[in-house]
Amino acid sequence: MSGPVDLVAPPGESAGRVAALEWKGVEGRTRWQWFARYAAMPLFVGTAFLLLYVWIQSQNLDSLELRVISGRAVRRAAAQHLRISLWSTLLVLSLAIPTGIALTRPWARRVTPLVLALANIGQGVPAIGTFVVVYLVFLRNGTTASIVGLTIYTFLPVLRGTMVGLEQVDRDLIKAARGMGMSKGTVLRRIELPMSVPILLTGVRTALVLNVSTTVLAGFIAGGGFGQILTSGFGLRRQSAIVTGSVLAGGFALLADWVGRIAEDVLRPRGL
Amino acid sequence: MTATTRDATDNGTPAGEPMIRLEKLHKLFPGQKQPAVRELTLDIPEGEIVIFVGPSGCGKTTTLEMVNRLVEPTSGRIYLEGDDVTHAHPDQLRRRMGYVIQQIGLFPHQTIAQNIATVPRLLGWDKRRINERVDELLTLVGLEPREYRNRYPKQMSGGQRQRVGVARAMGADPPVLLMDEPFGAVDPITRDRLQNEFLRLQRKIRKTIVFVTHDIDEALKMGDRICILREGSEIAQYDRPEHILSDPAGPFVEGFLGSGIVLKRLNLARVRDVPLSDDWPTLCADAGREQVHRAIADSDKGHALLLDSERRPRRWVGLRDLADGPLEEAGHAVAAVLHDDVTLQDALQEMLTETLGVAVVVDRDGAYLGTLDLETINGAISAMREEARQRDRRDVAAGAPAGMVQA
Repeated sequence: MSGPVDLVAPPGESAGRVAALEWKGVEGRTRWQWFARYAAMPLFVGTAFLLLYVWIQSQNLDSLELRVISGRAVRRAAAQHLRISLWSTLLVLSLAIPTGIALTRPWARRVTPLVLALANIGQGVPAIGTFVVVYLVFLRNGTTASIVGLTIYTFLPVLRGTMVGLEQVDRDLIKAARGMGMSKGTVLRRIELPMSVPILLTGVRTALVLNVSTTVLAGFIAGGGFGQILTSGFGLRRQSAIVTGSVLAGGFALLADWVGRIAEDVLRPRGL
Repeated sequence: MTATTRDATDNGTPAGEPMIRLEKLHKLFPGQKQPAVRELTLDIPEGEIVIFVGPSGCGKTTTLEMVNRLVEPTSGRIYLEGDDVTHAHPDQLRRRMGYVIQQIGLFPHQTIAQNIATVPRLLGWDKRRINERVDELLTLVGLEPREYRNRYPKQMSGGQRQRVGVARAMGADPPVLLMDEPFGAVDPITRDRLQNEFLRLQRKIRKTIVFVTHDIDEALKMGDRICILREGSEIAQYDRPEHILSDPAGPFVEGFLGSGIVLKRLNLARVRDVPLSDDWPTLCADAGREQVHRAIADSDKGHALLLDSERRPRRWVGLRDLADGPLEEAGHAVAAVLHDDVTLQDALQEMLTETLGVAVVVDRDGAYLGTLDLETINGAISAMREEARQRDRRDVAAGAPAGMVQA
């Protein structure tokens, strides 16, 4: 690389990316900070999974263990785990975000405390209790009950995130927008929602992490996932299964947090 | 109530038609006993800057926000260009009026271009027209489009943001701009510069501007007309700034003008409005030492002004400075140099920095026009007083209520 280009762009292939990240509030980060923020977590989790694999391979597994933590069983558990946590996340987002938007509109002021109180119950009750109640009372299907239980459980953080995000938008901005002739709907779409994206995303990330980690509880109501490996391990008194279940569940939760963090950085509107 | 407007059109010339007319505008906020605005009637003429000024809580912002119906009036009527817009669709109405608020209210998540395009986009302009308009507006407010179009507000200084705010308000070229303390959030030096820029811009665009401030000095500087409001948005005086200064209507206005009325009057007159004197000896830089000596000795001033080959003022030289050294370095550099469009107040300030107590006035190319001293300014002040006194007398003779000022 030579010529006038060098004078404008900082040298190195990452110039474009550095510039892109700068506008997203990651200003002035060194290579090391960048590594710590984006690469450390997957490396850590990958190492943990690798160590787990090596350790399992070194064990003499009996037939029960072979069945519970076989490659096929682990893959199936992972798929179930992801399915439950992703569906519940999707469900909670599509319910809690619109509710949050509605509750911050002036016409909903009266019902806001009521809905918040209900959502508080959803999170205040221990998650396992919610799961069991949903399982016993409404559905006899472990997977569906888990998805519904998780949705109830994480409704509040997303709702709160949405409401706080919308409420912290500067009133003067809304006044300026209204004063220029934007309708209420346009103000919501063009100003309020984009401006509340950072806080809203924090709520989404919280929900995602909570969902992925709490999905372990699905194992107790026959919903599948890593919780199933864990409960089998306890039932059969097989340490290998307990370790496998907990390392995998923990690793997935950490990865969910990592994905959430990247989403926050990427989706945050430029200029904020 | 349309009869009133019709009468105005019938009787007066078209120029007499106000751009905005507020008629018995009244606002009582729910749960309050005192109305924020009480039966306000006011005409805002086309192409002028009308300033609402008053102590905080006097209802000036509420009044402004009733013009674009961010606040709905309890009763009364609003006319825009002769149309009764009291019940027009507020969103449509607002697109006909530019709006700038104190914190400017640029949308931080949008680029400068997107911000400026706000109203054109709402009006459904096509992309090319919007882009052209954005560039035109950026150029108009003195920002290079290529450099600033794609920036975000936080990448600009306060002053630049303020200019973008004005550009955005003019997005769809509305006939009216509403400005609520637009220069409130910038530092005093930037504010002064922005005010000057804005006045220069207004000379070009000739919009009807309603401008709210609590700062009487800003009002006097910016306003073609000033509407001094007291509690309940009651009009204490509505007049041109020079008349308000020379003839304040009552103790409330006097109190609001505060001390230093004389100095404030100086802010309204410019150097070109007063006669310059030419009694200091001036010499070209190539003049010899002898010549300078003679010129100073011949006058009673004790100093001479040296000009360069293009008649730009360079140095003040006294008799004692002639003793040694080259002539170009004798005496001291001219400290106070003024263009003829600065206010007398600024001129006075400059004058005080000059040890000789005199300011040199130059034309646009920097060439010497004459000098200005304290006596000239004093003369200007007494002339203003005299004018005010005569106006009073005229008013009394005409049977009009005279101002409360006693001679």
